[in-house]
Amino acid sequence: MFDELLRLLTLQDANTRTVLLGATALGIASAVVGSFAVLRRRALVGDAVSHAALPGLCLAYLVIGDRNFAAFLAGALVMGVGAAAFIALVKAWTRVKEDAAIALVIGGFFGLGIVLSRSIQNEPSGNRAGLDGFIFGKAASMVASDAALIGAIGAGVIACVALLFKEFRVLCFDRDFASSQGWPSLLLDLLLMTLVCVCTVAGLPAVGVVLMVSLLVIPPAAARFWTNRLGTMVCLAGAFGGAAGALGTGLSATLPAPASALTRGWPTGPLITLVAAAIFVISLLAAPKRGVAADLVRRWTLRRRVARQNLLRRVYEALEPRGDFAAVWTQESIPHSSRALRSALRAGLVERTETGFRLSATGRAAAARVVRAHRLWEIYLITQAQIAPDHVDRDADQIEHVLPPETLATLEAKLAEEGRLPAGVPRSPHRIGAPVEAGALRP
Amino acid sequence: MSVAVEVHDVTVAYHRKPVLWDIDTSLPERRLIAIVGPNGAGKSTLLKAILGLVPLASGEITVLGRTISQARRLIGYVPQRESVDWDFPVDALDVVLMGRYGKLGWIRRPGRSDRAAAMKCLEQVGMSDFSHRQISQLSGGQQQRVFLARALAQDAQLYFMDEPFAGVDAATETAIVEVLRALQRDGRTVVAVHHDLQSVPEYFDHVVLLNMRLVAAGPVSSTFTSANLQKTYGGRLTLLEEAAEAIGRGGSARR
Repeated sequence: MFDELLRLLTLQDANTRTVLLGATALGIASAVVGSFAVLRRRALVGDAVSHAALPGLCLAYLVIGDRNFAAFLAGALVMGVGAAAFIALVKAWTRVKEDAAIALVIGGFFGLGIVLSRSIQNEPSGNRAGLDGFIFGKAASMVASDAALIGAIGAGVIACVALLFKEFRVLCFDRDFASSQGWPSLLLDLLLMTLVCVCTVAGLPAVGVVLMVSLLVIPPAAARFWTNRLGTMVCLAGAFGGAAGALGTGLSATLPAPASALTRGWPTGPLITLVAAAIFVISLLAAPKRGVAADLVRRWTLRRRVARQNLLRRVYEALEPRGDFAAVWTQESIPHSSRALRSALRAGLVERTETGFRLSATGRAAAARVVRAHRLWEIYLITQAQIAPDHVDRDADQIEHVLPPETLATLEAKLAEEGRLPAGVPRSPHRIGAPVEAGALRP
Repeated sequence: MSVAVEVHDVTVAYHRKPVLWDIDTSLPERRLIAIVGPNGAGKSTLLKAILGLVPLASGEITVLGRTISQARRLIGYVPQRESVDWDFPVDALDVVLMGRYGKLGWIRRPGRSDRAAAMKCLEQVGMSDFSHRQISQLSGGQQQRVFLARALAQDAQLYFMDEPFAGVDAATETAIVEVLRALQRDGRTVVAVHHDLQSVPEYFDHVVLLNMRLVAAGPVSSTFTSANLQKTYGGRLTLLEEAAEAIGRGGSARR
């Protein structure tokens, strides 16, 4: 099977080559347009459009009386645009909210489409229409001219977006600002929706009306994890969409067909969607900045740092009465979590001696810094925020680990202004004892 | 003294419910102008009406002596900060560059000179170190300054700002005030929705007091009086509100 897939993806078979190229072009174009639709929060309109296309296909068949790809596209496009306009009008003129209007269109038009397609298939010549293939997609039924048409549509759509990249960017980010600058926002919105319609309709033969929206939405959503730049996101989305189209189509052609003769091979739509969803899951987990794994690592690092700093502060405060911060201490004299201690040992903040442990030079400096930040914050809370001294410790406890240097500088400036900024490490404004124990060592 | 904005008998309604009644005032050029009033007074709506972002139920507005669509190149706009999605995939410089889009026209992309101009605007608001920061990683005050820099990049004669001081830190407030004064020195006009009554006399020299209808408008020294403020904030015109509700429900005549 893998040989076959490889043969397919390297385009050695003339027949599947067209199908594959068509699906790839479709994936790229849908993802590119979908990026803007998602950012403009119009993704579900695409879903309504694709569902509304089904009755359009049926009506086109009833009018032409034969299976004609271009006529199908025209019929689907007319109904799709009609559905989008219907949603806009319902939203503008009634109190029905947009999501309800979209649900209404999806249900109503799709129901109509199913009824129409069944009545067509009950006719003697109905089977030739192949309308069932449009529900979940059947890329294999594409012929070379269909694929060429899809390719041309995709190229046109991408060219449109490339030319109007700047206009779409400002429209999606800040529509009011765009209007104030004189951009025809309504027209641009309509154009964007038209492009969504065109892509959706072109994708019906391969992906089907039910799942077409996933090709608009999933690749951009996946791409967003990897980048903070719109241009990169659009290109990446295009690449993901193209890959999903190619792999999904390839899989549907090479997977061994299921036993039941009724299903007539694998529908392409679900396979393309599954590939896209897999790309999304990988992005969600593995993306370097916005991904879940990176987030976990960040949190874990912060937790370890907090634990280390709490240990330093506890040691510092315990040694403070003696004034000798280089003194040796043990687990018994200053209770602490051994995990935090291991981490501090590794970081070189604490040294092991024969009788116990000792703050290293860097450890002493770090401890002084942490305690200073903690106490400055406490002083600030007491003097500025009028918080009772016996409560400040708990409030200051977490803050000192995350205070950015700028805030600390502002804090110092504020205290200096009032003549309350002590040199070096200030004395604790409260008795050191029980309250510190409460939260201090929770890692 | 020439006129920046002429508002003549303007009424604005959302879903048929009037939010501004018969506003009639003219805003002078080369002034820092504050629009002041309680929540729901229609301050932002007045700004949007002048900008042509909401349709007028009646009346007319001229900007710098022409219709708003003819004056587009001469105006700059700072929308409310909450009106956009700050997780949008652009950095600070990208946002400021949007200010240049109007002059670029269709299809043309911003070039090197546009980038240089945008950087200058970022510098003017003290944000040049953050030009490549993704906008969601900026603090509220920094985001507001980026918005201001975008307006500066529009190089306009007349600026409209919707609550530029809302929820900003002290440093940002100082930076914004400095920019406003520099704009005025250059002979430009700023119209800002403002919510902090205390700073009105300090920052602005002309004030429009608004509460669904125009209460008073004029130089701060003569108009920003406690009597006028009392009229703006104190006595709520419940009758006006009830009428607006009724029209909104379609109970009354008018359309």
